[in-house]
Parts: sequence; structure tokens; C-alpha cells
Amino acid sequence: MSELLELTVAQAARGIANGEIAPDEYFEAWRMAAATDDLNAYLWRAEDGVGAEGPLAGVPVAVKDIFCTEGMPTTAGSRILEAYVPPYTSTAVRHLREAGAGVLGKTNMDEFAMGSSNENSAYGPVLNPWDRGRVPGGSSGGSAAVVAGGLAPCAIGTDTGGSIRQPASLCGIVGMKPTYGAISRYGMIAFASSLDQCGPLTRDVTDAALLLGAMEGRDPCDSTSVGIEGGVELPSREGLEGVRFAVPAELAHDAIEPGVRTVFEETLKTIERLGGEISEVPLPHAEHGISAYYVIAPAEASSNLARYDGVRYGMRVEGGGDLIEMYESTRAEGFGDEVKRRIMLGTYALSSGYYEAYYGRAQKVRTKIAADFDAAFAQFDFVVTPTSPSVAFKLGEKTDDPLAMYMNDFFTVPMPLAGIPAISIPAGLATPEGGGPRLPVGFQIAAPAFAEQRLLDAAYALEQGIGFDAKPGGDD
Amino acid sequence: MSSELEAVIGLEIHVQLSTRTKMFCGCELSFGDEPNVHTCPVCLAHPGVLPVPNEEAIRYALKIGMALECEIAPRSIFHRKNYFYPDNPKAYQISQYDIPLAVDGRLGDIRIHRAHLEEDAAKMIHVGDSGRIHGSGASLVDFNRGGTPLVEVVTEPDLRSAAEAAEWARLLRETVRQLDVSDVNMEEGSLRVDANVSVRPSGSEELGTKTELKNMNSFRFLERGVEAELQRQRELIEAGGTVEQETLHFDPSDGTLTSLRSKEEAHDYRYFPEPDLVPLAPTEEMLREARESLPELPAARIERYEEQMGLEAEPAKFLASDPGLGGYFEEACRVAGAEVGPGGGGVEPRVVANWITGDLTATLRQRGDEEDFADPTVSAEDLAALVLMVTEKKISHGSGKAVLAALVVEGGDPAAIVEREGLAQISDAGELESIVAAAVEANPEAAEQIKAGNQKAIGAIVGAVMKETKGRADGGEVNRLILEQLGD
Amino acid sequence: MIDREQVLHVARLARLRLSDEDVERMAGELSGVLAHVDRIGELDLDGVEPTTHVVSLENVLRPDEPRPSWPKEAMLDRAPDPADGAFRVPSPQADAQ
Repeated sequence: MSELLELTVAQAARGIANGEIAPDEYFEAWRMAAATDDLNAYLWRAEDGVGAEGPLAGVPVAVKDIFCTEGMPTTAGSRILEAYVPPYTSTAVRHLREAGAGVLGKTNMDEFAMGSSNENSAYGPVLNPWDRGRVPGGSSGGSAAVVAGGLAPCAIGTDTGGSIRQPASLCGIVGMKPTYGAISRYGMIAFASSLDQCGPLTRDVTDAALLLGAMEGRDPCDSTSVGIEGGVELPSREGLEGVRFAVPAELAHDAIEPGVRTVFEETLKTIERLGGEISEVPLPHAEHGISAYYVIAPAEASSNLARYDGVRYGMRVEGGGDLIEMYESTRAEGFGDEVKRRIMLGTYALSSGYYEAYYGRAQKVRTKIAADFDAAFAQFDFVVTPTSPSVAFKLGEKTDDPLAMYMNDFFTVPMPLAGIPAISIPAGLATPEGGGPRLPVGFQIAAPAFAEQRLLDAAYALEQGIGFDAKPGGDD
Repeated sequence: MSSELEAVIGLEIHVQLSTRTKMFCGCELSFGDEPNVHTCPVCLAHPGVLPVPNEEAIRYALKIGMALECEIAPRSIFHRKNYFYPDNPKAYQISQYDIPLAVDGRLGDIRIHRAHLEEDAAKMIHVGDSGRIHGSGASLVDFNRGGTPLVEVVTEPDLRSAAEAAEWARLLRETVRQLDVSDVNMEEGSLRVDANVSVRPSGSEELGTKTELKNMNSFRFLERGVEAELQRQRELIEAGGTVEQETLHFDPSDGTLTSLRSKEEAHDYRYFPEPDLVPLAPTEEMLREARESLPELPAARIERYEEQMGLEAEPAKFLASDPGLGGYFEEACRVAGAEVGPGGGGVEPRVVANWITGDLTATLRQRGDEEDFADPTVSAEDLAALVLMVTEKKISHGSGKAVLAALVVEGGDPAAIVEREGLAQISDAGELESIVAAAVEANPEAAEQIKAGNQKAIGAIVGAVMKETKGRADGGEVNRLILEQLGD
Repeated sequence: MIDREQVLHVARLARLRLSDEDVERMAGELSGVLAHVDRIGELDLDGVEPTTHVVSLENVLRPDEPRPSWPKEAMLDRAPDPADGAFRVPSPQADAQ
């Protein structure tokens, strides 16, 4: 059984296709593994397997609890949806099923995807399998932890400001945010509609390509979906000869943990060793990404989360009086602190007299950030940064300082603001500030819109060059 | 005093579109079905759902925009209007804000500010306590109507009286009805009219503080509601008070206006562009298709009837109100005119109009049926033949009415009826002269009075002639002969 | 930068009831975040078009074809207070909208 768990998804799928592996046996092996979850990473686990036919036949996928799944609880990490079972299934999950995959379980997450540490889940924090005293990142912390911790072969999550890439980085796995519109958002509980995008969290780049290929596509239920023209092929590129990588010029001054900076610089050398070219490019507005993001995302969230009003589904607290009391009591008890904070921030930013100063300006900053990327991609193939300024931090370390927590997203927010794809791959280990066992560091590669195939090919070649093979609990 | 305060009225009209499905989901539209049978995750705003606009609703909205002579925005976008209420499941209504689909139009003399697309709210029914533990009552929400496509039409404040507002609203309803994009039934709520009402000193260009009137679900109530509010505002100002901006509910049962208490905080809808929907940029083809599907609309038809056919305002409005009736009128004119031919002068359209708006309508109304002029009781050809006979003095006007009455009841050929009933006008001058002479002789008192200068007395002698001729005499000719014989 | 009154006003708009303690904490936290965000106020953004969508799509529409609605019972089963085939709510005190 345990050899089955060693396989990547692509390897297992090949074995299943060849008849060497029985799909139900494979699924069952993972179901048993998932049952050992001691990271608080799953909120719900499947009782039985699925997996009929298709390229992903028998492949179990851990699904962030933000995707609606008919007949399975879907909470978005919130008390307000505690007993909610959706009457329909999200398009992304439906596509995975149509490819033969099955839902292994629903993974824990920051409430409504708001967070960078998974400490904002109403169902308790997820622990980082590398160090249980540390966070796995967020908001797709459960999805990252189950893949890193050997509790699932692969997972899907959502990324609004870094929610796939940052936890992938902190857990030492691959996480990819595709171009906005590549995968349907239908059935993905909305946080910030103009930024949210679904993507894979996997052991390696090949598996990411496999899941992306199964999920992408134009969906008549999502007006903003496009799909990826020509689909996605499994990457096979060798070397990076002639590929032009650009490092933001501003990076030299950015607050980055020394260990993370070291791994980043080593990775740049690996790129050069593989034949790639490294240059600097100015991205002068990227530093305003956090500001723009923390206006736009909360503003949209304040509207998206207004539907949780105790009328049609989910939790209701009567409050002992009239309608307004019911609304206010339900929302006061149903939402956690961070969600309330962002609803407040977003409501304020949209309110009369402040719209132009905040939302209006943030949207213009967005235009400038996108223009910076356009200019960079006119000269270079990819823009690269560390995924996160730090390795996994300690549980509770940043919970009292929202702004410090928000700064975790410094390198990941500009891409969703511009709508472009980016991938985080594990690049090495670094000692955290303050000491302790070494922890994974992610390397982020961003590409122009809909250049997923090129991005995956380059990430694959770099992945081979880096040869990261550390595992949680390993000797290191 | 009050005549010095001029009424300034603008209307906001919500038109429910008669598409098959809702604005943003595939649930069927219905009216009168049991509650909540036309719902789905999208229109109940379940987590994760997304709206997809109904293309037919866009088409209908374009038709309305064009019929109101609006400019169609090359690229309009949807906004979210945020507010909490149980009939608003997403807690935002998808509407249009600063770039609506259509702007700057006109209908008749009234300018249209804008026309935009949005979605309707659900229906709430107050049910009293119904066993609830807390509070004073409960409401039930029925989401069947929630998400119905709406076009909101907003006029400029160009209306100057309650009557004008009601009359213009009728014209709008007729216009929209003829576009075939809505049931425009005020009682069922597929047409809803709110009025913004203010007064100002005559001649002033400034606008006074306005109030918004809601719940006027008929044109009569609209007129009465606006009238009541105008009176209230005039009295208030004349007593030295000031009008406060508020929303008022009109109760047609007793004609009272009640202020709807505003919520505890001022409205702040926090509009922002709807990220789930992409812009609407009507293509040339969409525009052409909408343009080509427009019928001739009442306002244009009224203008044509008045200016080209010489009708008075009232009959023009009446005949243009219904395309079937208008077509009937025009066909009768064509037949009546064509048969006289060039140089014959033809029949004036207003004469044909008079026959339709007067005698024909009255006769039909007596029968109590709704006349369908697409399939009329009396064909346009027969009516034209009848009008021609009267105009050419082949029969008298009185006989004409009798023939029309017969046509309505039994149909048939007007000429044959004239023949059968012996209604042909007496054309032999000698015969008529002797009948007149006999009548003068039989009414000496009237004859004396006429001689003394009392022209009114002539009626008695004319009546006697008509009785004798069974109405077959030409009234004008009879008059002339009486006066002649009395030595005038 | 954002005071108690503003916090209460925004909380009312958002239908969130905050305890006194929440209000104080929220005022401090929001002020901190807004102080950072306010830096975009210093950028020269004159003439810059706002980005509302990153995809350049237009006219994505759906044909006007009905599909079956969901079973009423299935939807009402999920409601906190279903009654008489409808979704029951406490009565609004004041008429809104």
C-alpha cells in the first residue's frame, strides 16, 4: 500500500491506465492515509471512493472547503455555513470528476479564504507538517498541509492574493494560480470576485499541469471564464536555454528573511546554470499591490458576504426582535474576527464619500500594476520573486497585527491584481528567524496571461534543476 | 395663490420584461404560481453561484431604449446596489449605475433621462405573529418573482400636472405594449410607476424639494396620488412650511399619503461595478435587429395622424392607441379615398375618423364587446363604402347611422342594405319640395315663429319632413327649402 | 483616522453588531491598515483608467431558454425558518428600500 502513496498523481494515473494499479485500491489507500489526519487539515472526509474512467480515474483529490459539493458539507471555514450542504457542485470539481477523479475530503481553510496562516478558520488552525508549532500558510492551508503531510496526493484551492502559492511555499509543495478566467469560478464561494481563481496544489509541476488541464475551460455558468486555448499538456522541457527571467529591481530593498533571500539567490544561479538569463526589471507599482489589494478584496468581499443573512440557508440567530436584530445577531455570531474586519474595511472603502479615495484609486493602481507587468513581459519571459518574504511562522505570531499578517502577501498580490498566472515551486530550505529546524522556501514564477503552458514548462525544467526532495519529518 | 406654484413631476417606471426566463438564471418566469417553485441556487443566492445575463432581456431593453429615442451606450456595465432586505437575496441588486444601457431620449413631449436594466426583488407577505416566539410579526418571502428582468425608465421632471403625468404614463404603457416586451399590467405589477413630485414658483428654473410617491397601481391612482401630493405641498408652502424629502405611500382607499419611515441610517448603496459580469457592448447586428423589429409607435402615429392626415389631437390619440385600430382607420381611409379617385376630392380622413370614434365605437360599446380591430365586426371596406355614400349624399347622415347599426348586427353589403331599406336619398327636387310644403302647412305655429325670426322653430318642420321621408332627405336641402317656401 | 462613530456607522451598513470592545479594537486596527493603504493617495493617477475586469470579454450572454427549477422542498429544507412553502423572516420594523 505505502508504495502507492509514494507515487505522484501522474505516475499513479499512468499505472491505473496501464492496469498496473486498481483505481479503487489506490483511492482506498489514500482514504486510509487521510483518516490519519492529525494536522486538523480535513473538515470532512469521503466514506467511499469513486473513480471510473478518464485520465484521472481513481485519483483522490482533496478539495478546499470553499468549493460547493452537492451532498457534502461546504463551510468555507465559517461558522455561518456550519451545517450547510450545497444543492449543487462547482464546475471545477465537476470537471475533476468527469476526468475520473474523486473527492477525498474537504480541507480546512481560513474563513472565506481571508487569511495567510489558516488561523482564521472557525474550525481551528491547521498545523504545518514540517513543524506543528507553525502555520501552513493560508488561506488554502488545509490543501497545502494534506499534500505536504502525505494525507492526499493532490489538492485544489483558491488564490485571491496568494492563497494557493503562499501555503504551497510554506509547506514545500507546488501551488499554481492560473490566469483569471482559466478555470470557472462557478460554485467556488466568492471572496473577491475580480481576483479569485482556482488552482492546484501538488507535489510537483507535472501534477499541477495534470489537474489544471482537467479543470480549465470556458463555462457557460461563469461569464468571466475563458479557458486556456489549446488546453494544457504535461511539461517536458529540459533546461532553460535562452529563457529570460526578470527580478523586480525593487526586490533588493524589500523586507525578506535572510534565509529566504539566500535560497532565492541560489535559485537564480540554478536558472543560469540551466541556461536561463537573469535581468532586473522595474515594477514600480508592485509595492502598492498590498494597498490596492486590501481595498479591492475587502470591498468585493463586503458585498459577496452580505448574502449570509440567515434567511435562505445557513445559520440564523434570532436576536429576540426585529429583522435588523436577526441580521446583526446572525452575522455577529456567524463570522469570525478577520472576516468582520475585512467586511468593515470593504464597506468603509465603498461608502459614500470614500469610494473615489479608496476603491476608485485602488482600481487605477491595478491598471498601473498590470501595465508594469506588460512592460516587463515585452522584454522578458517571466518575472520571478520569492513566494513569501518568510518561511512558515509560529502559530499566533502575527494574529494580533493584521497589517503584519497582510504583508505576507507582498509578493503574491500583484499577479491576481493583473490577472496573470504564477506558480510557486519549492526551491530549498532555510532556517527561520529565531532558529529552529529548516523550513521550505518557495520560488515564484509569473507569466503573461494565458501563458500557462510556457510557465509550466519552465517551472518543470527549473524543478528538475533544483531537485528539491526534502520531506516533512525528514533528517535534513 | 396655489396657481402660482407650478407642479414639477418626473416618473420612474419599472417595466417587467416578458422573457421566458429570469434575468440571470434559467428559472421560468410565472405569475400566480404557488410560492418558491421557480427558484434555484442562483436566484436564491446560494454560496458560489454566478449570474449570466439573459440575451433576450438585453434585446427587449434595446427595443425599449430605441422606442424612447434614447442613445444606446456603446458599452454599458452592471453595478451592484448593496442593501439588506429579505426580498433581495444577494443583499445586492444587480443594476446599472453610471453607464446605463440607454440615455437622453424622449417620448412625446417628455424627455427620458435614462433607461437601464436590472433585476426584480422577491415578494414579501406580512403574516402577523404566526406563532413566532419573538417580536411582533413575521413575513414570508416568495422568490418566484426574484430576478425577473426589469427595465427602469426615468423621465426628466418635465410633467406639469397630475393629469399630464397619468396621460403620459398611458402613452408609455401603450408604447411598451406595442413593442411586445412586457405584459404592462399595473395590477399584476408588470408595470410600476413611482412619481417624483415637487412644486416651484411659476417661471422659476430651480427645482423644489421632491417627494417620491410609491404604490400607485393604476393610472387613476397615479393621477389622484400626485394630485393629493401637489395639494399637500402647495398648502404646506403657502402656510410657510417647507417640503421634506421623503418617500410617500399612497393609499387609494382613502386618498391619504403616508410617509414611509426612512431606515435608521441614510441610504448608502455602495454601488460598485459588478465583477461577475462583463460589459455589454451591443453589436451592430444587435442594434440593427432591435431597430428593425420596432413597429410604428403611438407617439409617431399620433404625430402622423395630426400632421399628415389633419386629425384633431383627441381622435388622433384614440386611433393611434391600438395598432389594430390604427390599421383599420388607415385601411378605411385608403379604400374611401381610392374609390373617389383623382379630382374627386376623396373623403377627408377626419370624416372617416369621426365615423370610427363616434358612431362605430358607440354602437360597438352598446353591444358591450371588446372590439378586435384586427378582425373587425364591420370591415374597413364596408365602413369606407358607407362613409362614401354619406359624403356623396347618396344617403343622409341619419340613414348612414341606420346602415352602420345594421352592419354591426348582421354584416353584409352597405349598398344592399340601403336598397333593401329604401334609404336612398330623395334626389327628385320636385318630390322633396312638395313634402316640405305639406310639412309647412301642417305646422303653422312653427312657420309663424320662423317668419318672426325664430330660427330654432325650424326643427319641428325638419322633423316632420324626416318622419315623412324616413330620414332619406338631405337635412341641408330641407332647411333651404323651408326657408325658401317661407319667403326668405 | 477612523473613529468610533465611523466604525459604528459602517457596522450598521454591514449589519454587523459589534461589542464596545470590538468597536475600540476595530477602530485601531482599521486605522492601522488604512494608514498603509493611504499611501496610494500619493500616487499620480490622473488619467489612469480603473481596472474593473482583467478579462477583455464583452456580451457574454445566455439564451432565454428555461431549465427546470430546483425542487422547492430541497431549497426550503436548507432554510433556518421555512413556513407555508416560503422563507419566514422576522418582520421589518420600518419599510425599507
